[in-house]
Amino acid sequence: MYSKTSFVTATAAALLMTGSALAETLTIATVNNGDMIRMQGLTDDFTKKTGHEVEWVTLEENVLRQRVTTDITTKGGAFDLMTIGMYETPIWGKNGWLVPLDDLSAEYNVDDLLPAMRAGLSHDGTLYAAPFYGESSMIMYRTDLMEKAGLEMPDAPTWQFIRKAAAAMTDRDNDINGICLRGKAGWGEGGAFITVTGNSFGARWFDENWNAQFDQPEWAEALNFFVDMMNESGPSGYATNGFNENLSLFQQGRCGMWIDATVAASFVTNPNDSTVADKVGFALAPNSEGVDKKSNWLWAWALAIPAGTQKADAAKEFIEWATSNGYIELVAEKEGWANVPPGARTSLYENPNYKDIPFAKMTLDSILAADPNNPTVKPVPYVGIQFVAIPEFAGIGTEVSQEFSAAYAGQQSVEEALAKAQALTNDAMEAAGYR
Amino acid sequence: MATQHSRSAARIMMAPAVILLLGWMLVPLTMTLFFSFKKYLPLRGDSMANGLEWVGFANYVRFVGSSSFWPSIQATLIIVGGVLIVTVVLGVLLAMLLDQPMWGQGVVRILVIAPFFVMPTVSALVWKNMFMDPNNGLLSYLWKAVGATPVEWLSQAALPSLIMIVSWQWLPFATLILLTAIQSLDSEQLEAAEMDGAPLLSRFWYIILPHLSRAITIVILIQTIFLLSIFAEIFVTTGGAFGTKTLTYLIFQRVLESQNVGLGSAGGIYAIILANIVAIFLMRIVGKNLDA
Repeated sequence: MYSKTSFVTATAAALLMTGSALAETLTIATVNNGDMIRMQGLTDDFTKKTGHEVEWVTLEENVLRQRVTTDITTKGGAFDLMTIGMYETPIWGKNGWLVPLDDLSAEYNVDDLLPAMRAGLSHDGTLYAAPFYGESSMIMYRTDLMEKAGLEMPDAPTWQFIRKAAAAMTDRDNDINGICLRGKAGWGEGGAFITVTGNSFGARWFDENWNAQFDQPEWAEALNFFVDMMNESGPSGYATNGFNENLSLFQQGRCGMWIDATVAASFVTNPNDSTVADKVGFALAPNSEGVDKKSNWLWAWALAIPAGTQKADAAKEFIEWATSNGYIELVAEKEGWANVPPGARTSLYENPNYKDIPFAKMTLDSILAADPNNPTVKPVPYVGIQFVAIPEFAGIGTEVSQEFSAAYAGQQSVEEALAKAQALTNDAMEAAGYR
Repeated sequence: MATQHSRSAARIMMAPAVILLLGWMLVPLTMTLFFSFKKYLPLRGDSMANGLEWVGFANYVRFVGSSSFWPSIQATLIIVGGVLIVTVVLGVLLAMLLDQPMWGQGVVRILVIAPFFVMPTVSALVWKNMFMDPNNGLLSYLWKAVGATPVEWLSQAALPSLIMIVSWQWLPFATLILLTAIQSLDSEQLEAAEMDGAPLLSRFWYIILPHLSRAITIVILIQTIFLLSIFAEIFVTTGGAFGTKTLTYLIFQRVLESQNVGLGSAGGIYAIILANIVAIFLMRIVGKNLDA
């Protein structure tokens, strides 16, 4: 009798515990990009399927980075899931700060993730974050202005062609700039863009012994080219323009060309937001004549679980929901195929419904053309194309891009900016014990 | 007169508040001092639990040796000085204007004070996107309307732009304090001077301004304390680029962007020293007015 009662009590307690484990409330930090905002709108589907509630903390990119970085380094435990990128994932994974995602269910089909995305979000072969969407960068251009200028965009143009086309498309009287590019300070903004531009001119951040390379002629060539082209054909104030500012200019019909993230393609071709939706063409990011590296990057916004969370199982369920094929189909059903999160799964690019989207092929080609393990012409000791995957880079990258932005604004010469970048990078690397 | 007994009682009753306030100040201060002598790079795996390496004054030397240090001190002083000049000069003028009898005085006064209630981040965003944007901003339309090339405010004139934004926020505070002071001015004195034939400028210089000196001192003291730690406006508008990196911003960059807690803490200690030097200087030079 006694044992029977205790059995019943134990079973009831176990059931209760299982019940409470089933209904968790997950706190998720994410970035305020369009695709993530869409995901928030669809969270009900996740709650309906699993019973878990979700609380969102939506932040602007730079603020998100600081919040999640501080939270993870101080073991603050504010979030059960974090939206992080290809820069953070391998570093945090190596430090043991993230829950490995090596036991995702068979139906999730982890092998379907694009190899470049999977590699960029892993450390030592273990996946630490699941890609929500992946991107490279490419040229988006106005087909009507190109035609008016009497030019034809090749699939893989050079910087020299782009400069010529930009000058031909510029029409200052009608407020049309031949080319809009990022100049805003910040490692993930203008810093990312000038780094890939540098790569495509044969430049690199560091030599094999971690010596800064801004005193090399390739950097001077790349930066001078960029500044001259933007002064000829760029919008005024480009030194403070980032992704969002250029997106807005392009959508208003004020840019002939824009080289930026492939995810922007769905925004510039959406007739609800863009005045030029039906006049946009796509091409691979350019390289300088005679240099075998293109100026395209590789990035993924991904979901990761901080190691300290008590709700790892529920968090994994969320990851399986948000980054699965099922989610892609859910978005397609509600918002159309052009708006599904791109660049994460191979099967999406084999899907007949998606193949017809005008930017699908160029996005995939751009992603496939990016190699984070060999980002530059000359050998480098680091991984990463538009960033250097070391913990110190966020600080150094931002300070260097601030010096470059000051050169874009005409506050100092390109040579001064490069000399300062060289000094501050070497200082920081010395402080961190690399040199 | 307080007895020995009542004084003891007062001390006992005040003790909890004093201890709490001291703790509030001393704990972060001691921690900053502690970290400033340590190598603490959280992203490289350093943590309190593993013990931090003692590096002596290396962080202090490195912080001052950085090429960003002196420009940041310069930027801090230019912003503080610029905002003080603008707010005090315009504050006196506005206070005198608002003191004049006029129709709808109450509404006008509320409107003038309104910017003070807007959050710094919001006001910075509004200025950046609605007024100073070189492509879509209101100022650029005005410039274009008269056939001029729009000014790229936040990149080509970053420091003056920041001074303008911050002054806009602090002008109501200065105006409010100075208006209260002007209202306490004896009008008979002014009338007597006017009857004696003193011109407006002399009346202002010899009567109004000396009367306002205490209020001006208070405005300068309080604003300086707040302006030395100005951050949100810079973060939102320029992100520290174009020579707008103040000492506070540099510390933020060292601790949060570079994740070098030791180096940033050494910067924090320098900031405290700088703030104290400025405070003592102000108390000595300007604060004399308060005794008069």
